[in-house]
Amino acid sequence: MNIIVCIKQVPETTEVKIDPVTKRIVREGVKGIINPYDSYALEEAIRLKERFGGQTTVISMGPPQAESALREALAMGIDRAILLSDRLFAGSDTLATSYILASAIRKLVPFEIIICGRETLDGSTGQVGPEIAFHLGIPYATFVSGINQVADGQLECVRLMEDHYETLALPLPSLITVVKEINEPRLPSLRGLLRAKKAEIPVWGASNISGKIEFFGQEGSPTRVVECWHPEIKAEGKVVKGEPEQLAQILYETLKEKGLV
Amino acid sequence: MILRLLKDKCTGCQQCLDACPFNAIDWKERFPEINENCRFCRKCIQVCPEGALVLEETEKKIDTSGYRGIWFFAEQRQGKLSSVSRELLQVCLQMRETLKEEVAGVLLGYQVKKLADQLLAHGCEKVYLVDRPELENFLEEPYALVLAELIRRYRPNIVVAAATMMGRAFFPSVAARIGTGLTADCTQLHIDPESKLLVQTRPTFGGNLMAQIICRYHRPQMATLRPKMVEEARSVQQPKGQVITETVSTQLPSVVKLLAQKRAENLVDLQEAEVIISGGRGLGDGKNFDLIRELATLVGAAVGASRAAVDSGWIPYPHQVGQTGRTVKPKIYLACGISGAIQHLAGMRTSDFIIAINKDPDAPIFKVAHLGLVGDLFQIIPFLIRKIKENKS
Ligand SMILES: Cc1cc2nc3c(=O)[nH]c(=O)nc-3n(C[C@H](O)[C@H](O)[C@H](O)COP(=O)(O)OP(=O)(O)OC[C@H]3O[C@@H](n4cnc5c(N)ncnc54)[C@H](O)[C@@H]3O)c2cc1C
Ligand SMILES: Nc1ncnc2c1ncn2[C@@H]1O[C@H](COP(=O)(O)O)[C@@H](O)[C@H]1O
Repeated sequence: MNIIVCIKQVPETTEVKIDPVTKRIVREGVKGIINPYDSYALEEAIRLKERFGGQTTVISMGPPQAESALREALAMGIDRAILLSDRLFAGSDTLATSYILASAIRKLVPFEIIICGRETLDGSTGQVGPEIAFHLGIPYATFVSGINQVADGQLECVRLMEDHYETLALPLPSLITVVKEINEPRLPSLRGLLRAKKAEIPVWGASNISGKIEFFGQEGSPTRVVECWHPEIKAEGKVVKGEPEQLAQILYETLKEKGLV
Repeated sequence: MILRLLKDKCTGCQQCLDACPFNAIDWKERFPEINENCRFCRKCIQVCPEGALVLEETEKKIDTSGYRGIWFFAEQRQGKLSSVSRELLQVCLQMRETLKEEVAGVLLGYQVKKLADQLLAHGCEKVYLVDRPELENFLEEPYALVLAELIRRYRPNIVVAAATMMGRAFFPSVAARIGTGLTADCTQLHIDPESKLLVQTRPTFGGNLMAQIICRYHRPQMATLRPKMVEEARSVQQPKGQVITETVSTQLPSVVKLLAQKRAENLVDLQEAEVIISGGRGLGDGKNFDLIRELATLVGAAVGASRAAVDSGWIPYPHQVGQTGRTVKPKIYLACGISGAIQHLAGMRTSDFIIAINKDPDAPIFKVAHLGLVGDLFQIIPFLIRKIKENKS
């Protein structure tokens, strides 16, 4: 069984730090990490391979430094990695990103399962997975929290909605996006680290994949970010110390004011 | 689209470097150099005192005049209209004031005609209803197929859905089918009075960066809206709208099959909850969640948790609030023994009123709390419970 995992490198922290003296945004030392949900995607791919055999491939679209995220995935035990990087890909929204990823995946057929994370730490739209499925014309399921079985060309999985779980059956090939509950990602082994360090990671640009250039990057992106700002953290709250009974009294009165008790 | 630097104008003042929210400007040999992180947000252009940065757009304009109407996807679960549907209606009615276009709801399901009437009773001008057994339970594929077909048929200007799990599961597929943009999880939607474009405001980077997004050259303009951002639409005296029953040519055999639905015990919809009481590592042990549950039952609250509590196995994952869990916005959020790591704050900081109990006066949770109580939760909460019970009897 061939499995493809899509991962994105995101900044380690979403906290935007401002230097108190120069008032500049601190850029140094913000490490890139694998998007947390994507670690679960990688782990699930490795487990499926351990159960059913086949090959695991990880792909990421991003700037050249995204290579380090791919090496981490190899260290966990993914078989091969491909980096999609080209100036023509820059400024992609989810429609263009999913189109580029799908165009690369077409070069990787045959595959049975594509696994994405539920959403990213930075853009956090959760749209890339479902849109890849559309471009490839395959079925998909979101928020998958467990895989029951894969047999007879079918994937049976459980997904988590707001207030209930659903069991779904998808014909293969198909795509799933996964949530944290699905597994606990392993740490890389020493052997994995060594292998990852030496591995060749091919870089594919626009000319290496199928697809039309006008659908790549900013040109292919219907949405535009026109304004950004940092919201202020409101600090008008009050913090009180005191005897527990006193504090309980304050809490009681607040709840009463709000009509709760 | 290219962001170009006019080197003869650049004085090397580095103001663009400071203004860029995306780390997209490198400093190379006295000049700024734009790298792949650029999102074309124009911040650098706005701050450059010399006008040395220019954005060259090569896009050709498309004719958007044939697209009219403000649509929302009316979410229903088990034959009940979600409250978020009335919120969406309210947002659309607000946009109507500037845009002066008809507000219509799209309702998909089986035997749900009466829900269409409820929408009319709240001021909706038109409801497109597709009533078929295949639509009884939500599944991405048939829902996306039907909505995309209706969009092609009527060419609305704007289509919005709720940023619930349902909305976020199938709306991307609709947008991709149409080939238009989709802005996720907005906290505000309004019409720019001049351009008449839909301005979509959304938090990113765990709520640390707000962005405004538009979709200029594609139609419809599509977005999902976070629940509880606006009041629900009020009922009107004399409903004037009409229900239009639509047929769709598309066959609706879903290749994905729904085999079972299981309501997990104690699992409540945290996004819908008005009051949430959450416990963290400070509880010290899984069985101490009983204390939280007792209080929650008394005041009619849902139970949440920090990641630390979930990872310790004290409470199942669906209760987790924060970056890799749920994003919530209750009227009251009571955090008990939660330190307030940035990942937790990302999921709850927009709550209307935040109360924190923590014995560490330096806990970061106090920075976002409207009321912070420095003390031991194992003493405060039992006192509180006793007090509530006394006053009840
Ligand atoms: C402030 C801001 C706001 C934005 N808002 C929007 C918006 O509302 N709508 C929109 O269309 N775009 C938006 N974008 C652009 C969007 O972030 C990018 O398109 C990005 O490439 C992918 O979207 P995401 O990070 O939301 O990924 P998600 O859709 O949240 O990612 C889901 C999964 O898809 C896979 N994946 C995502 N990106 C990649 C990648 N580059 N390589 C491999 N796998 C990947 C991963 O498995 C990931 O877990 C915004 C960008 C910024 C900076
Ligand atoms: N008995 C207690 N009462 C109140 N707060 C506590 C108690 N014990 C630990 N804490 C706090 O609980 C927090 C743990 O939070 P977290 O790791 O976010 O779940 C820390 O900030 C502690 O200060």
